[in-house]
Amino acid sequence: MRLKCPLCGDRDRREFYYSGTDDYLNRPAADAPLSAWDDHLHNRTNPAGLTRDLWYHEQGCAQWLAVTRNTITHEIMAVDLVAKERAK
Amino acid sequence: MRYSGFKVITEGLFGNKGWKPAWRDAAPKAEYDAIIIGGGGHGLATAYYLAKNHGLTNIAVLEKGWLGSGNIGRNTTIVRANYFLPGNSEFYSHSLKLWEGLEADLNYNVMHSQRGLINLFHSDGQRDAFARRGNAMINQGDDAILLDREGVREHLPYLDFEQTRFPIYGGLLHPRGGSARHDAVAWGYARGADRRGVDLIQNCEVTGIDVANGKVVGVQTTRGPIKAAKVGIVVAGRSSQVAAMAGMRLPIESHILQAFVTEGLKPVINHVVSFGMGHFYISQSDKGGLVFGGDLDFYASYAARGNLPMVEHVMEAGMTLMPMIGRAKVLRSWGGIMDMSPDGSPIIDRTHVEGLYLDCGWNYGGFKAVPASGWCMAHLMATDTPHDVARRFRLDRFATGHLLDEEGTGSQHNLH
Repeated sequence: MRLKCPLCGDRDRREFYYSGTDDYLNRPAADAPLSAWDDHLHNRTNPAGLTRDLWYHEQGCAQWLAVTRNTITHEIMAVDLVAKERAK
Repeated sequence: MRYSGFKVITEGLFGNKGWKPAWRDAAPKAEYDAIIIGGGGHGLATAYYLAKNHGLTNIAVLEKGWLGSGNIGRNTTIVRANYFLPGNSEFYSHSLKLWEGLEADLNYNVMHSQRGLINLFHSDGQRDAFARRGNAMINQGDDAILLDREGVREHLPYLDFEQTRFPIYGGLLHPRGGSARHDAVAWGYARGADRRGVDLIQNCEVTGIDVANGKVVGVQTTRGPIKAAKVGIVVAGRSSQVAAMAGMRLPIESHILQAFVTEGLKPVINHVVSFGMGHFYISQSDKGGLVFGGDLDFYASYAARGNLPMVEHVMEAGMTLMPMIGRAKVLRSWGGIMDMSPDGSPIIDRTHVEGLYLDCGWNYGGFKAVPASGWCMAHLMATDTPHDVARRFRLDRFATGHLLDEEGTGSQHNLH
């Protein structure tokens, strides 16, 4: 697998650290009920098909990337900078 | 038909014309007392023990493909009871005892071979941890022998003991550990369940779970609706999709684990050997192929095939540990879909829907658990109470903090 980093270009999968679903971007408030934190940390939609997850370009630009891909075919549709989305 | 050595000989003399199919190709009825979704190892074992231990025979196993077409037919076949934590320890101990009586119980040769499992260690700290694990195994009633370097050399003279990165300090020998013939486990349970009247329904994909007033009432399938007051979800890597039909989001992420097998060789590796520091383990099948694997590819996937970096990593680890395998040719490799839970331990529990039960989260260790998983899931479905050895495999343990984190790495999805 190769990911096209928006800053560095096409790079080998080994340069990236995989974190998991982009649910991690939607962090509950500090005073949210425990059930919300449990859901955030543990429960997953875990789709067979289109998913969006977070990859850290550890051996490149050190940016967090949101990758839209297909978990059945391994096709990669889009790679976005999380920082850019956050700035919107 | 009862299988025996005598039967093999008499059939051989008369052209093998007397063999019958091992199970019926059942068509779905309109209603059952209980339905098990998933005709893999765990699902078939659940059906078998529901019929055998609890007398429930008006039940069906629904399988979207053919029996044993998932991870039970594509794993590295290791059987062991070397767990440390209360909760895991008694469960896997129970499973190993069931393995030891399985062939006589099923009247089916699953080729269970207790050839001994050796986990290698490479530092003083790791030796202490393995000594502690060995003591826990002995306290549980199972067996463990701590070997020093020379002790390992007696068993495994072909290892590279002086490798610079991970010199071998010793190993923990688990003599009752070993392997079994994976397909035969599925077939043996299928035949045993069928003989007790269980309907094994293939090419029957569940497309919906019917719930009324908080109770399960049946399922929708590609072969029509089927009613049942009890439904068990036993679908491994596809657990999230099936549970979603009942409105649930599970603490499960599906990952790829790759495995490899070489061409058949003469007997050379007599044990199951695991090299944890290099993420590598190996055994030799009865056909002669070296069966080995490594770690996850570490990203969510349902593709059932892996990536080259992990192939390279596993081969490197194998060459580091036992350079003699370098001339063996890899025949094939494959990837399985692992239902990974945050703490690396399974779930056998009730759900928020009455009559709907869940058996999932087997991570990369489901094969050895097949007998006890079926035993405990059957107990749960028949009595609505957890079996004593599986009582800690709770669905809510991530919220309550009663984790079963055998590795001690934390309760987070990408750490196991």
